[in-house]
Amino acid sequence: MRIARASVERVILPLALAAAILGGWQLYVALSGINEILLPPPSKVAAALWSDRSLLATDAWVTIREIVYGYLIAVAFGVALATLIHSSRLIERALYPWLVVSQMIPIPAVAPIFVLWTGFDIRPKLMVIALVCFFPIVVNTIDGLRAVDTELLDLLRTLGASRVQRFRLARVPAALPFIFSGLKVSAAFSVLGAVFGEWVGANSGLGYEILVLNNQSATSDMFAVIVLLSVIGIGMFALVASLERLMLPWYYEARRERRDTPRRVVLPQGEAA
Amino acid sequence: MEAKLRTENISKVFPGAGPGRPSVRALEGIDIEAADGQFVSIVGPSGGGKSTLFNILAGLIEPTSGRVYLDGHPAEQLLGRLGYMPQKDLLMPWRSVLDNTTLGLEISGVPRRNARKRALEDFPRFGLTGFENGWPASLSGGMRQRAALLRTFLVGREVMLLDEPFGALDALTRQEMQAWLLEIWHADRKTILFVTHDVEEAVFLSDRVYVLSGRPGRVVLQVDVDIERPRPLSVTTAPQFIELKRQLLEPLLQRMSPAETT
Repeated sequence: MRIARASVERVILPLALAAAILGGWQLYVALSGINEILLPPPSKVAAALWSDRSLLATDAWVTIREIVYGYLIAVAFGVALATLIHSSRLIERALYPWLVVSQMIPIPAVAPIFVLWTGFDIRPKLMVIALVCFFPIVVNTIDGLRAVDTELLDLLRTLGASRVQRFRLARVPAALPFIFSGLKVSAAFSVLGAVFGEWVGANSGLGYEILVLNNQSATSDMFAVIVLLSVIGIGMFALVASLERLMLPWYYEARRERRDTPRRVVLPQGEAA
Repeated sequence: MEAKLRTENISKVFPGAGPGRPSVRALEGIDIEAADGQFVSIVGPSGGGKSTLFNILAGLIEPTSGRVYLDGHPAEQLLGRLGYMPQKDLLMPWRSVLDNTTLGLEISGVPRRNARKRALEDFPRFGLTGFENGWPASLSGGMRQRAALLRTFLVGREVMLLDEPFGALDALTRQEMQAWLLEIWHADRKTILFVTHDVEEAVFLSDRVYVLSGRPGRVVLQVDVDIERPRPLSVTTAPQFIELKRQLLEPLLQRMSPAETT
């Protein structure tokens, strides 16, 4: 019963809040007489979403493809780089500062250069998305690989485990919750990267559509595109989060257990309650 | 008879952490021995180098001087020779209880199916039946220690080092675990080296007890426990038991109240 109520609360409450905000918005536009080109009411946005659906679906598909491929490149590159950095102190010293520097690059500013290099196809978008997404993955993976209990590594040594075995049996599984934290942050960033990528040179996609609609002052259609982009972002995040639940059942089990057990009073050794 | 395990004059000095920091003498001239199938305990104050001694015996660190003999032969490489159960259970939260216990077998190349089969045979007497596929997070403190001990047992080393395995358990569970450990030990007759700071625990379990002083750790007393086995829990109130406890406590208490020693 308690669980059922908790999940109802988890679904109902945010939906109720969203409904209240949308209702307030609609009411405000109607009552204040604000120009609908500045702020279209939610009903107009929904109408635009519906009437433009086939065009938007084509553009959404273009953007989703960019996001998925760019994200996968970032994951592969990020995890590989983190493993490399973890493997050697020298490599870490040499690479890590530049890793941080890479994040100081204003990405919208370099995006046109990517277009210059590769043209108007999907490649510059993938580069921008990967550049935006790989950093949280690298940093979290490095932290994760270091997070393992050194006593566990010692125990594995007494059991005769080689360096590779210790990495596979202890470091990687201990790192996975960290890696997934990075993956989730990056999933949220990926949409941002796609929009930047399309802004500097594209002839389709939702980011490109924003520019076109902006020139036409088609505000309600722009809002419709923003809604779609957000939905894609939420979808990416949800996908990664579900994958995490699937791959780390032990992690969620332990977390749930901690939440369910009432807090214990810590007594001196040998008297623990 | 040649001792199963013997140490000769083991000392360990840790260099100071950084310039100007004094080095730490953790162990000095440790001579201990355990015959085949013997249960030997080492008691001493915390920080007295007991865990350092175990780390040396497990091959994780090198002694500054001294030697370890196994079956009468000087052991050059100790890593992987003795079974080692550290203070923390160190169960992997991402492996099921069963897969935790087979860890050592898996590392030594035993196929997973065989490893699991062997582990499962021991699950009943380790009191883990029914928890094979659970996560370690679902086990009680006592069960976690039993699972960790099974992991050590299955590797099949003849000498096992148990570092305060019951230190974090409540008094009642602890007594149960002690009686249970004796049963297991009776059945398998492995040589056990057991670290504890609890004198009563040491006397109850052991054939011989070494008392280590505080830093640097030296053997200040060695007592053979001639109480016949099997030992019921009631033995802890027998006069002979209490006398042994008194003997062992003496050097430990002296250290704590230096005013009385003069």
